[in-house]
Amino acid sequence: MFITRKAEFSASHVCRVDSLSEQENFELYGEESHAAGHGHNYVLEVTLEGDPDPVTGMVMDLKELKEILEREVVEPMDHRFLNFEVPPFDKVVPTTGNVAQEIWSRLEPRLSGPHFHLAKIRLFEGSDLYVDVTGKKAA
Amino acid sequence: MITVTRRYRFCASHRLHSELLSDAENARVFGKCNNPYGHGHDYVLDISVTGELNATTGLVVRLPDLDRLVKTEVLAGFAYRNLNQDVAEFTELVPTTENVALVIADRLRKGWRDYFPYSSARLSGISIQETERNSFEVVISQSAESAPSFISKLNESVIVNA
Repeated sequence: MFITRKAEFSASHVCRVDSLSEQENFELYGEESHAAGHGHNYVLEVTLEGDPDPVTGMVMDLKELKEILEREVVEPMDHRFLNFEVPPFDKVVPTTGNVAQEIWSRLEPRLSGPHFHLAKIRLFEGSDLYVDVTGKKAA
Repeated sequence: MITVTRRYRFCASHRLHSELLSDAENARVFGKCNNPYGHGHDYVLDISVTGELNATTGLVVRLPDLDRLVKTEVLAGFAYRNLNQDVAEFTELVPTTENVALVIADRLRKGWRDYFPYSSARLSGISIQETERNSFEVVISQSAESAPSFISKLNESVIVNA
């Protein structure tokens, strides 16, 4: 079965590649490329796949999941300018895809147990854009 | 693999009525939606694109290009329009949201290579909400990419059933 927990954070960012011209950046990223940056309300949905523990009836203790999301994602990213304050986005363009990929890398090693694993994350950048990152199915 | 989903909105009117059915059958099958004057909805359209993240740009797809494709091929002809009268595909096809989803999928598949000649990202799904209480999703598998259009397949089965 799948269980999903939601977390929110707000952050600013700018999407541009310094070696490209203003025009080239605009063609790639549109309004997201304006140099001074802008912000979004991000919503993260984290989905685990697993079986309930026979004793506790839980796939994973949601309190613990909440703490991991808080520590790995919300605390470092909330009310931050991603490009300046949250590595690797000093070097990697913080597109929704890259932010989602980075969140996946932070969470994946911490969210696997004998009975469950991280199956999917969905990251909303505002209400009209989201990215899904999915893992390989457990063998 | 990463899937990026972009949300678009449009409003349109339509009437559900099939020329293959009698007036009484139309009224029975479509109920309120058969009202001869039509009625409208605020549709919410989610377009999903699947591919690899480009290492330099961090993008699966250039969103300005996706916006241009969806606006040109779909929204420009659908928004603030009467689907039955203004959208060519629905002169004969009933504009149920199922069919609207398939028509949109066909239009986007047809235009895809022109808008994304540089990209290996593919259209992997579309989902439409007709109202907040119902939604319709078309999943486009990799093998279906080069298949004939969804609507032509539909028309074949209508002919078989008729």
